This record gives sequence, C-alpha cells and structure tokens, in this order.
Amino acid sequence: MAPILDITNLRKNYGATEILKDINVSIEPGDFLVLVGPSGCGKSTLLNCIAGLEPISGGRIEIGGRDMTQVSPKDRDIAMVFQSYALYPTMTVARNITFGMKVRGADAATQARKLKEVAAQLQIEALLDRRPGQLSGGQRQRVAMGRALVRDPKLFLFDEPLSNLDAKLRVEMRTEIKKLHHNLGATMVYVTHDQIEAMTLATKIVVMKGGVVQQIGTPAEIYNKPANLFVADFMGSPAMNLIPARAQPNGQGTRIEMDCGGSAPIVLKDSRATGLPQDVILGVRPEDIAEAGFRAGEGVQEAACLIDMVEPAGADTYVVSQLGGKQVTARLHAETRAQPGQMLDLAFDLSKVSYFSPATGERLN
Amino acid sequence: MTDATLVPARAPAQNWSRIALRWLLFTLLGLFALFYLMPLFVMITTSLKSLEEIRTGSLIAFPREVTFDAWRTAWSEACTGIQCEGLRPFFWNSVVIAVPAVAISTMLGAANGYVIAQWRFKGANLIFSLMLFGCFIPFQVVLLPMARMLGLMGLAGSIPGLIFVHVIYGIGFTTLFFRNFYVTIPQDLVKAAKVDGAGFFRIFWSIFLPLSLPIIVVTVIWQFTQIWNDFLFGVSFSQAGTQPVTVALNNIVNSTTGVKEYNVDMAAAIIAALPTLLVYAVAGKYFIRGLTAGSVKG
Repeated sequence: MAPILDITNLRKNYGATEILKDINVSIEPGDFLVLVGPSGCGKSTLLNCIAGLEPISGGRIEIGGRDMTQVSPKDRDIAMVFQSYALYPTMTVARNITFGMKVRGADAATQARKLKEVAAQLQIEALLDRRPGQLSGGQRQRVAMGRALVRDPKLFLFDEPLSNLDAKLRVEMRTEIKKLHHNLGATMVYVTHDQIEAMTLATKIVVMKGGVVQQIGTPAEIYNKPANLFVADFMGSPAMNLIPARAQPNGQGTRIEMDCGGSAPIVLKDSRATGLPQDVILGVRPEDIAEAGFRAGEGVQEAACLIDMVEPAGADTYVVSQLGGKQVTARLHAETRAQPGQMLDLAFDLSKVSYFSPATGERLN
Repeated sequence: MTDATLVPARAPAQNWSRIALRWLLFTLLGLFALFYLMPLFVMITTSLKSLEEIRTGSLIAFPREVTFDAWRTAWSEACTGIQCEGLRPFFWNSVVIAVPAVAISTMLGAANGYVIAQWRFKGANLIFSLMLFGCFIPFQVVLLPMARMLGLMGLAGSIPGLIFVHVIYGIGFTTLFFRNFYVTIPQDLVKAAKVDGAGFFRIFWSIFLPLSLPIIVVTVIWQFTQIWNDFLFGVSFSQAGTQPVTVALNNIVNSTTGVKEYNVDMAAAIIAALPTLLVYAVAGKYFIRGLTAGSVKG
C-alpha cells in the first residue's frame, strides 16, 4: 500500500536554531501515529509542519501521494484538533462544526446532514445551540473532534487533545478516540507528552528528543527493545531500571556483575548475550524483577537484595533497593512479605533485559 | 471586608473606631466629589439665569427664575465673529467630521491590530513600534507638514481634510487598542480557521470582528472624545463654514459686543460638551469592561 503520509528529510529552523533535524516518517492508511517526547522536543512543530501551519526549511511532505510541501493548510485534506480546542467563541456548536463546510461552499442540506451524523456519533446533539463558553472541558473536546470528523479528511491531526482534561475524563476520552479510530478506519497523527497515551493509542510511535527522532516502532518494539537510554527511560511507568554493570564473557553467555550497597556484588549469568563491552548499562523493567519463586523460565536468575522501601499500590507492590549505585524498582505481587531493611531474593528475567553503552547510550543487544 | 464576616465577635471599641474611620473616608470622598462637580454646577446654574440676575446675584446661588433664553441664543443666535447663527451649523460640522473619522479610524485600527497581532510578518514589531510612536507625537509638530500635505491634496480648509487628519492621527491609538486586544486571543483560533479553509479576510470577518465588541466600544469612545474635543486641528485646518464646534465656542466667547453674556457662554460650553458626556453615559460601563477585558476563553 502506498503511504498516506510520507515525510522525507524534513528540517525546520527558527533563525539559527534547529528545531527539527532530518525527520523521516511514513505511515500507511489506517495507522495511528503518535509523536511523543518531552516538552520542547519539536513534536508539536512537526505536527504544525504536517498541517502546513509552519513553513519547513527543507525536505518534503507527501499526503496521499501528493507533494504537499508548498500547499496551504486548507488544500491538504487534513483536519486538526488543538490542545486549547480553539473553538470559535462567538459561534454556536453547530456553526463551529459546519464552519469549514460553509467556507468551502457546501450547500445547506449537506451541512445539516453531516452535522446530524457527527453530532449523533459524538453524542452532542443536545449541545448544538450552545456557545463554547457554556460547555465543560469534556464537551468542548467533543465539539473540537466533531469539527474535525465532519470534514472526512485523509488525515486527522491531534495536538495534545487531552492535556487540558482532568485525569478521569482523559482516560475516558482516550478510549473514545481509540474506538473512533477503530470504527472510522481513519489515519491519525497524534502528539502527546504522555507515554501512556502513546502506548495505548498508537499503532506506530515516534519518540523524539531535541528535534531528533530517537526511535520509530510499534508500541511493543518501543517498550521491549528501546533503541537508547533516552527511550528506555522515557517510555514506561515506573521507568525502566538502568543499572551500571560489568560484563565478562563466560562460556556461552555473559557474566553480569552489579555493585550492591556495602555487601558483595550481585552476579547474574545471561546465557544469550554475547559480545558486550566490559562496562554496560543493564536495562530491566520493574515487572521483569519478581520475588524469587514467582517467576520461572529460561533466563530467570535469582539474587538476594537489600530492600530499602516498600510501596504498596493496590494491585502491585513496588519495592526499591540499591544496585550499581542506582535506585532499582521491582514490581512484586500485592501480597509480598518484603520488609524494608531486610534481604529478599529477587528473580531477574534476563530474557527481557536490554544492554546499553554507557558512552553513547545506544542499545547493544 | 472578609475578616468582618469571619470574625463576628469584636470588641465594641474596635467597632467604633472602624465606623468612625469609614465615615471620615466617605466625608473626605464626598468633599472631593463636591469640589470636582462645583464648576459644572456653576455652569449649569449660570446658564439658566438671566444676565440681570448674574450681575446682581452670587456666583454659586441657585437661579431665582429659570430661563432657557441663554440656551436658545447659544444654539441659534450667538455671534461667532460677523456671523450670528449660534453653535448650530458648527455643531453639525463636528458631527460630520467626527462620525466618519471615528468609523474609518476604528476600522483601520481593527484591521491593523489583527494583522500585527495574529499574522506575524517580518518587521511586524517594528511597524507596531512606529505606530505606537505616532501616539506620542505632539499635535504642534505635525501642524505645518500636515497643512502642506492638505494643500497638495487639495483638501485644505475642507471637512474631508479634517476627517483625513483625524483618521491619520487616530490610527496609532486604534491600532494599539485592537492589537492589545487581539494578542490575547489564542493563535490556535487562527490555525483552526486556516485548517477549516478560511482565508485572511474570512477569519477577520467571521471570527475576530464578532469577538471585538468590547474593544470597539473603547475605541469609539476614545476616538469620539478626542475628535469632538479637538481644537488645534480644528482651528488650524478649517475656514469659515467648516469650523468644528470647539472653534465656534471659542469664537462666541471671544467675540462679545459690550456686555459679556456669561449665561450664553456657559450654555454654549455645555452644548459643545454634551455629545461626549452622552457617549460616556451610554457606553461608559463597556469602556471600563473593555479596558480590562482579558483573554477570551474558547
């Protein structure tokens, strides 16, 4: 299938400052692409470039096989939802939704039909005569989505649409957007700084930092095989444990040694890792450290660790200990008997770990 | 105020001192208000007295016999130089000057403010600074160049010429007002409208103008007051027949034959000031509201 959005070698400068550096992204029809990264990473600028609201300094943007680099936003066949909703304050909800059609000269009957469809879809029929000022945050959000949906574009663009909602509503709307994507089969590009939103919504994630793409992949790829230390740390909550360790070839595999507070270092054997340098950073997700006896399988290695803190979180209990001079969080079952200040045998699942180079931060395995 | 409601039980002595303080405050404010309103009072009472009574009575006394003769004279009979038609023709001159000048300068200010605030182009800030600078150029500085300009344009001494001067001089202020108002409107609104397919003028017309009522009121009041009350431009760039009411008022007061008719002078002054008073009375509350209007929540 031909890509519906194809960005090649895109660059964006503000004066001498490079905001976006050599971006290459391409998605297929029906994809849900999420641009994620900390604030200031250029993700919103990239979205504005796709929309045509920001001129680009170099490269090329294709939408639906057409070169759109120099095309104005209104001719790109896109619709956009903004973080601030950007509803027209003096127009009623109905007129907000139909404004785009009116500007494009659609006849009144078409406008009314599409308005009815979209209002039913988003359950905002009762709100059509109100003004944005009379709506709650969640309702405004729906109207903003309605304004995008009514256009039937090739590409939907979302700029942090849920950031202004409270936590509960955000989760609800997240589900709704996912449902919408599923039902419409539409192609969407979605900007967020929230890695959970990225994981739950995306079919494809682009992790950005400082205007540079760090990794592109499916949520599973990004989560299980982060390309570098930044991605490993940014995606996942609680964050991946990144433990400085020493590696030594040992027969078929590698011997991994980590400092452990005052007591003797912890030694694990990874039977699959080969060719590691002497100094590595071991990346292990909290859920890949379990209480001994609760996790079995090839690659599971046990070691005793001193527990510093126990944080019950309902479904799970997090315990914190010190390894390689770093705080290490493990996600144990809720009924664990772990006590602060005591030793506990922990099981490390080495089949799931990542190794990074301390010098470059790049993934090694 | 809040502590009074939160702590109802108070020592009586403290309460008394609070009440005394309040009374002192109100008395002082009342005195200030009286002092400020005194001239207006004198003007109104004097305009309602006959010349005879003015000569014999006290300045601050109420009129013994109310007469509107002075008003009639001021409106249609008083002499401005050799012409004795009262203020009426000049009042209409002022209306014919002020209304189009206010309308045009407000519209231009809205368009300028929209462009400078929402369509940032290279040099937008420089242009805005220059316009702002225009607000602070004293009238006297532009008199001679403007006279030459008007002469070259063939508008010297005409009402269109005065309209032109007031529009040019007003653009700085009106642009400032609208720019500061539009800057508080989120840029996302323009972006959303662009994605929706609206162009430059469509966005201005359909989205920005409907939002602008408070600032339009502020601008209209400001411009109307400025233009109506203007004397210097009026006296410099007009000739017999195109003079605004302020110039005519000056002429009435200064061209007396024999007795000085204070009651006519006062009535004429009030007539000349009435339109601006009226504008404040009608739209004053919008003026305050518009000046303090903050962001527009969408």
